Amino acid sequence: MTMLLNASGCLDALTAPAVAQGLDAYVTKTVTLDARDGHVPVRIAETDAGMLNAIGLANPGVDRFLTRNLPELGRLGLPVWVSVGGFSADEYAELCSRLDDHAEVDAIELNVSCPNVESPAQGTAQIVAAARLATRKPIWAKLSAAVSDVAEVARAAEDAGADGLSLINTVRGLALDAQTLRPILSTDVGGLSGPPLKAVALAAVFTCYRATRLPIVGMGGVQSGRDVIELAAVGARHVALGTILFSDPDAPDRIRRELEHELRTRTYASLDDAYAIAHADSLSRATT
Amino acid sequence: VATLRRERRRVVGNEKVGPYTLLRVSQGGLSPGTPGQFFMLEAPGRLLPRPMSVCLAPSGELAFLIDVVGPGTRALASLEPGDSLALLGPLGNGFRLDVARPLLVGGGIGIAPLPYVAGRLRGAPVVLGFRSDWHAEAAALLPGADVCVEPRLVTELVPVGRDVLACGPEPMLRALGEIAPGAQLAWEAPMACGYGACYGCAVEIDGMIKRLCVEGPVLFR
Repeated sequence: MTMLLNASGCLDALTAPAVAQGLDAYVTKTVTLDARDGHVPVRIAETDAGMLNAIGLANPGVDRFLTRNLPELGRLGLPVWVSVGGFSADEYAELCSRLDDHAEVDAIELNVSCPNVESPAQGTAQIVAAARLATRKPIWAKLSAAVSDVAEVARAAEDAGADGLSLINTVRGLALDAQTLRPILSTDVGGLSGPPLKAVALAAVFTCYRATRLPIVGMGGVQSGRDVIELAAVGARHVALGTILFSDPDAPDRIRRELEHELRTRTYASLDDAYAIAHADSLSRATT
Repeated sequence: VATLRRERRRVVGNEKVGPYTLLRVSQGGLSPGTPGQFFMLEAPGRLLPRPMSVCLAPSGELAFLIDVVGPGTRALASLEPGDSLALLGPLGNGFRLDVARPLLVGGGIGIAPLPYVAGRLRGAPVVLGFRSDWHAEAAALLPGADVCVEPRLVTELVPVGRDVLACGPEPMLRALGEIAPGAQLAWEAPMACGYGACYGCAVEIDGMIKRLCVEGPVLFR
């Protein structure tokens, strides 16, 4: 059964519970071991067709998250995926271990690709392997598409014990102030999201679907029911909404309506019919 | 936790007020909220909506004062009667109006929420500051206001012992925070969502990171 989720960092379910309840599962903003204030303003900027962010993983830290946020999230009545981020494989392992005992946590997403922090010294495989030893919860590895071979990273995550892939995170971008011609964001460079990402996401999902057996949550520039079908058709088992939630908190309901209409128009019984396209194509590719 | 309401409404008026544009929109089922609250206005052709406080809320309408500073506000100021746009709101925390000796202080485009405040606090004195005579034409939205133009600063018009409700540029707000204890100050920050999702508008207040959209935009000194 295909699920509609939010992309991590694009919705606060405790501030806007009704929006979260329009989804099939809620993904938290990334939690780190220690509390983080995040970056100083300016943290967001609109670009020609997308937006940049440099929030900097602002979060209350795992202790306060577990005591204050998680019990409330558990009462929302929908599955909770906790996104975690660290600066070493050990930190990911500790975060996973801390979450492991909590029944409210349905899955853990490893944010191994946030563009706004120094990249982890160790590779994706080390992080996933360390996390795997620390928890029995399903582990989804969220990858960046801004690498030379995303399939290689996906296979490394699979071999290290990941249960699924989240594709894709934002990619690095920069926007200039029209008057000063200087970067708008305090960090200069930030993470690009929104419609420009859709083609990048389609390519990453397409590639990783063929490279691994892992289920994929596809995300990046989803604005409509049509976008959901396209991600499914290249191999996304589930789909997440990101930047669209900022401009339209009614997007989950609207996109479901559009999806129903698209499926009827195509005489598809469900989104599985679109997903089957990816499967059929990858089989025919394998035998030729 | 307030429920979010988003509606597509028709533009019923677009009037120039000095360099600014007063965009009037049919109210539909939207509540105007309390003065100082804001709406996210769809900016046609742009990815993100723009936060605008309610300037006036006559019967059946919501009016927003727009200063063109970029492509989003340019798109909003270009809307004409008959066009439509989506509005989300009202959002955030407005001014507390139960004060003994109110004084409304506005600077530049920061006067935007004050006409709505003045409508609720009839007779409250108003002082306004602008950078030029042209900008000061917007004082017409607040009949009876004391107006000054740079190099004079509006903070020079603020007597002691008043309960200040203010909106304006950051230096003005910081100065008021010093000279007017207990002032209610409406701040501004870039926002992608307006309802606590994006963390783009976070500011540091007393050592705590707060989202201006849900904790503000009106903050108490």
